[in-house]
Amino acid sequence: MKKAQDELAEIKSIMERSSRFLSLSGLSGILAGVYALIGSGIAYSLIYYPNPPYGKDISLTNPEYVISNVMITGLSVLLLSVFTTWLLSRKKSKKTKVSLWSPASRRFMRALFIPVIIGGLLCIGLYAQGQEHLVAAITLIFYGLGLFNASNFTLNEIKYLSYCQLVLGLIATFFPEYGLVLWAMGFGVLHIIYGAIMYVKYDG
Amino acid sequence: MKGKYDKAFENVIRLRIMSILMANEEFDFNSFKELLDVTDGNLATHLKQLEKNDFIEVKKSFVGRKPLTTYAATEEGKKAFQFHLTFLENLIKENKS
Repeated sequence: MKKAQDELAEIKSIMERSSRFLSLSGLSGILAGVYALIGSGIAYSLIYYPNPPYGKDISLTNPEYVISNVMITGLSVLLLSVFTTWLLSRKKSKKTKVSLWSPASRRFMRALFIPVIIGGLLCIGLYAQGQEHLVAAITLIFYGLGLFNASNFTLNEIKYLSYCQLVLGLIATFFPEYGLVLWAMGFGVLHIIYGAIMYVKYDG
Repeated sequence: MKGKYDKAFENVIRLRIMSILMANEEFDFNSFKELLDVTDGNLATHLKQLEKNDFIEVKKSFVGRKPLTTYAATEEGKKAFQFHLTFLENLIKENKS
């Protein structure tokens, strides 16, 4: 019976639309990745240049102002990425005529940003304790946890991005000398790959 | 379980309202309005009817000075909706075989 089938499809679609934030654009993933790679390049030139982009505990070899410059670079990448994502999501939500400020988007943001903010504060604490070599690992892990948490409130594919970030974060915990490289892979390369896949799949 | 076609869900707006409340613990009036693309009066009528059936409950609160009305499905409403779904699924199955 056609009508019953339509009705079930309709129910499923509206459940999905009401509970999931679907205005994320693949393009914002790509751009966030590009910002992260540029940021990593700046961090590399601040910390290691002209040596290779990995090596011993950064705090041993660098004066304090270098660390704070690296932190500022990281923070700029974060703010720029959030701003870009907000702009592109607003554009997409206007096109699909759904509200950007909906119960679903609020839940998505809460799920993502509570772990991310806690991770950020933890990084400040680590910095104050002279443990900045762990910052790359902590940012990757808390971002990964935030994504995992938020995957319930958006397209499910984001879960795979979260697993990859978590694995990289754990590797960075054991090999902090590769922190910058792993951070660039997680926030840069993975975002670009994920964003491109999502763009082709949903926005193209 | 055969399920039961519930007259309360005959109307598509009411069916949608109930679907949303199955997927969300609670939902507010304005968000309903936006998602369903209906007028205030129309939405209020359907919400009232579901409330009369004891399928949904209303919570009124304030955010700052603005009143906020949120709705949630009752146990009875969830059960009725589930029955309705089962009925639809069985209908499809029967027609296939």
